[in-house]
Order: sequence, then structure tokens, then C-alpha cells
Amino acid sequence: MSVTYGRTAGAGAGFAGQPGADKVPAVARSSARLHTKLHYRLQRYALEALAIAFGLVLAIWSLLPIYNMWMIALDSHDDVFSGAIWPDHPSLDSFRVVVTQDFWYLSRFWHQFGNSFYVGLAVMFMTLTIGSLASFTIGRMRIKHGWMLSNAALMTYVIPASFLAIPMYRIMQIYGMTNNLWSVILALSTFATPYAIFIFSQYGKSIPMELDESARIDGANPFQIYYRIYLPLMAPALVAVGTYALLLAWNEYLYNFLLLSTPDSMTVAVALAQFLNSDESPWNLMMATAIIYAMPPIILYYGFRRYMAAGLTMGGVKG
Amino acid sequence: MSVTQQAVAIDRGFSEQRFARRRGMFSGIHGADYVWALAFAVPYVVIFLAFVIYPICYGLWLGSEPQLYSQLFADPRYFTAVINTLIYVGVGVNLMLGLAFLLSGFFIRKRWWVKALLVVFILPWATPALPAYMSIHWLLDGQWGMLNNLLWFVFGIDGPVYLNSHWMGLSANIGADIWKNLPFWTIILLAGRMSIPQELYEAAAVDGATGLRKFAHVTYPLMANLYFVCILLATVFALGNFNATYFVSGGGPAMSTEVLATLGIRYAYTVALPRLGVAEVMTALPVLIPLVYILMRKLRVSEGQL
Repeated sequence: MSVTYGRTAGAGAGFAGQPGADKVPAVARSSARLHTKLHYRLQRYALEALAIAFGLVLAIWSLLPIYNMWMIALDSHDDVFSGAIWPDHPSLDSFRVVVTQDFWYLSRFWHQFGNSFYVGLAVMFMTLTIGSLASFTIGRMRIKHGWMLSNAALMTYVIPASFLAIPMYRIMQIYGMTNNLWSVILALSTFATPYAIFIFSQYGKSIPMELDESARIDGANPFQIYYRIYLPLMAPALVAVGTYALLLAWNEYLYNFLLLSTPDSMTVAVALAQFLNSDESPWNLMMATAIIYAMPPIILYYGFRRYMAAGLTMGGVKG
Repeated sequence: MSVTQQAVAIDRGFSEQRFARRRGMFSGIHGADYVWALAFAVPYVVIFLAFVIYPICYGLWLGSEPQLYSQLFADPRYFTAVINTLIYVGVGVNLMLGLAFLLSGFFIRKRWWVKALLVVFILPWATPALPAYMSIHWLLDGQWGMLNNLLWFVFGIDGPVYLNSHWMGLSANIGADIWKNLPFWTIILLAGRMSIPQELYEAAAVDGATGLRKFAHVTYPLMANLYFVCILLATVFALGNFNATYFVSGGGPAMSTEVLATLGIRYAYTVALPRLGVAEVMTALPVLIPLVYILMRKLRVSEGQL
């Protein structure tokens, strides 16, 4: 304490370097104390101001590309290349064109939107079913070689999906499933299930084994234990993983692009990237499509933020 | 399953969980139960064999001709891609995790506006990759991109044509990747920080530790393992990141910013040499396999019951 006092007193009242700073007259001492207080308060304000400035920079960094997306979408077609920070004639016309499918890239837009939903929901369902069944066998039934299953899952989780894309494409041809939504659904379920097994095994540990045992004594078979006890108690983890799987499928591009190429089998992601095939595409339409495409995951994300935060922690979407 | 619990679970690893095996009532199962257990495992085994093992074996077979590799090594674009990948992963991952670590320290402050900022900060992560990277591509356009307009508007300077140079193109890809994934890693590290008991900091403060020493003796030792796992995971994700390069710089100018993940696809579908594409991916295996091995060990430890 005395050190601090001496130092601030020195700085504040001009006693720097003098030995015996504690022998300062009473008046000077109180003024020094005032200075100390002021000094600390100023320092705190300065720090807070610095933090706020940093926060502003961070907000601009996060929002700039999203703002850019909106500005291009709000441009009318002739203005797209002006690159204005605020469009001269903002209009929602490009959204109208997308919603009414009034452009030839977008002629099947709602159908493709439906495809995206179908793939997302199917991947979610497959991932939850397969993942929860596997984690039940590994975690609750303690099957003999369960560790092999877990290892297999971990390995799948840490292999980049894009490295498997070429052989996967050939294999889907062998299975005769190209341009079939189920090719994408099966491929993406394969990549989402390991995460599900991982999270379910973690979460399952918090469910007491005694529940299984007592159900067992009451004569339940393993499937009843799985369905009546395990699944209901796993609800929060199911929501987290379900959201994860849905988003993974909705956001995926590469596999959709490789496996689905006819307008009727395409998902929105592929349709959106089609705009890049030409150098003179209507970019405002592309951005309007992009915004509509980005909406469901953003709404879902913010709606389920709590659960997602839990799911986020140990895995997240594969890049 | 709170955020914190999971982060702690990663941290702890060995100690409790590995030995805290609870005996399941099915242990040593037989008869009807064994059939049930097998039946439950079948769906996963089937998709694993059909969509992981088969493609891997098929890929190994496709890329097994030695002549492919001489063709690959004779291609200068391949070496550019290898160097780009090294820079992309080496710089990108460390920069991203470093920033995420600092930001997690920022976001742990309990101010209302910090919490509000976190909601905004998450937005890049919630946005799908494709629209986000497309937007960044247009943002960086030299002629009519918004960034150069902003630079002109605010500072009165003419920005460069970003995506026309190798270095700026590569930096743009790395920047876009960081923009997209930084919130994710920040939240993980934030969860890790929040799981550190406050008492430890108080005890350190009583012992006279201030800022840097608190970091060195409390934060660092407790976060090191989590940070390491995050680095490895981020490395694997960055290695496989196809979208950032494909949609931000498009591999251009003149294929000078391609990375391994995009060049393989380019070989297979633009040049129609799928075997060469597979061979190209295979050359990443010497790096990928040890990474996968270490990650599996690390993650398995945190899973505890294997």
C-alpha cells in the first residue's frame, strides 16, 4: 500500500524521488489522494473507451460482408457496378424476382429450396437415429468391441470430407445414385454421425445407469430402454446434434455440387453457385438468393443458440 | 451438457473419466441382448463401411499408379498448391487461434455491451459459407468492390485490385476463413476460460499475482490442452477447406492461390483427370495421418469410456 501511495503522491504532488514521502503535509496528502482517485478513474475510463473502440472495429469486421450482401441485393440491376456504400435507388425488386422465380437460373427456385429442406431434415433424422443407436450400444450396452465403433467414428470425424470427394463421387456412380438426393443425404449423414456419437456418449454419462437397471428388472427389453428411457433423457443433446446436422446439410456445397447436377435435383447451394458460371450474371439476384438461402440457418442458429452453444463446444461444422 | 462441462471434459482427459468406468448392466452380454446390441450397431457399421471404408479403399486403388506421381510432381501448379496450403494452414490457423484466444479474454468481460457484441460477432459463423465467401469476393473486387469504395470514401485512398495478385489473393482467402470461423473458436476458448474456477484467480491475487502472472500460472496451464486440441482440429478443418479458396479467390489469378483441397477437385472435374486428383490428395496423407492419429488419441481421452 505504502509503495503505491508514495508513487502516486510523488507523481501527483511533485515529491518524486524524495525520501520519506509519508511525511508530506496533511493538505498535500489529501490532494494526492484525490489525484490518485482521479487518476484511477481516468485510467478506467480510458480502458473502457479503448475496449469500446475495439468492439466497434470488431462489429464492423463482422458485419461488413453481410452489409455488402444486402447492398448488392438492394441495388437495381444497372447500379450493381457502382459499388456505392448506399445504393442510389434501393429496391426490393431482386427479392421479388427470386421469390417469383422470374429468372432462368431461378426457374426452379422453390423446388430447390424444398430439396435443401428435404436433404437437411433427412440428414438430421438419419444422424439422430444412427448416432443414438450406436451410442446406446457403445455407452449403455457395452458391446464387446464398442471401442472399435468409437474409433471408427473419431476417424471419420477428423478426415476432411473434401479429400474423400472424388472417390465418393465414383462410388455413388457405382451405387447408381447420382442426381438422387439420397446420395447426398447418405454421404452427409456419414460425416455428421461421428459428431453425434461423440456428443451422445459424452451426454449419456450424465444419465444414471440405475435407470436402465430398474427398467430391466421391470422386464423391459433393450429397445424399450432405448426408446422409453434413453431417448427422452437425451432430448437436449438430440436438439443440439439435430441442429448441427441440419445446418451441416444445408450449408454443404461440394458434395451437392458433385452429386446433383440436374435442375430438379439441385439444392439451393448449387443453384446459387450457378450464377458464377457466367461473367455477366445479375449479381443483385445472386445476392438476393444468397440472403434468402442464408436466412433459415441464421434463424435456426439464433433460435437454438443455447443448445448450439453446448453442441458447438466440441466439434462444430466441418470446414 | 453445458458449454463449460464439455470444455472441462476436454481439459481433464486422463484422470477421472478413464478410470471411472461404470459397469453397465449389459456387460458380458449374451443371448437376446447381444443380438439387440448388434442390431443397434448395424446401421452405423453399414454406412461406415459403405461411405467411409469403401471410398478410402477405392481412392487408394485409384491413386496407386506410381506414374501418376511423376506426372503430379512435374506439374508446377502442384508445388504452388503445396506451398499455398502450408501458408494457408500455418499462418491461418495460428493467427485464427491466437486471435480467438485474445478475443475470448475480451468477451469474458461482464458488460452488457460486450454480451450484445457477442451476438453480432457470432453472425459470420451462423451465415452459410457459400453466401459469406461470395460476398467477400465481391467486397474485394478491385473496380466496384465496397471495400475500395469505403477506403476512398473515408481515407481518400485508392485501394489495390486485391484478387489480382498471388499474395493478396492468398491473404484474402485466409482472411475470409478467419472471418467465418473465428467466432467458433472464440466461443470454444471462451467456454474453456469460463470453466476455470474463479477461486484460482482469487488465490493467485492473494499471493500477489497480477495480470501477466495470473495468465502464466493460472490461465495458461489450464487452457494449454484445450488450445492444443483446437489447433489440431482447426488444422484439419483448414486443410479440407474447399469453399474459402474456391469462392473468394477462385484459385486465381492463373491458379496461383489453389490449395490441395481445391486443386484435387480441379484436376478431377476441370481437367478430367480424377486419378491425378486422388493422387494429389494422397500426397497430403503423410501430414494428415499423424494429425488424425494425435487427434484421435486426444479426443478419445476426453471421451473417456473407450
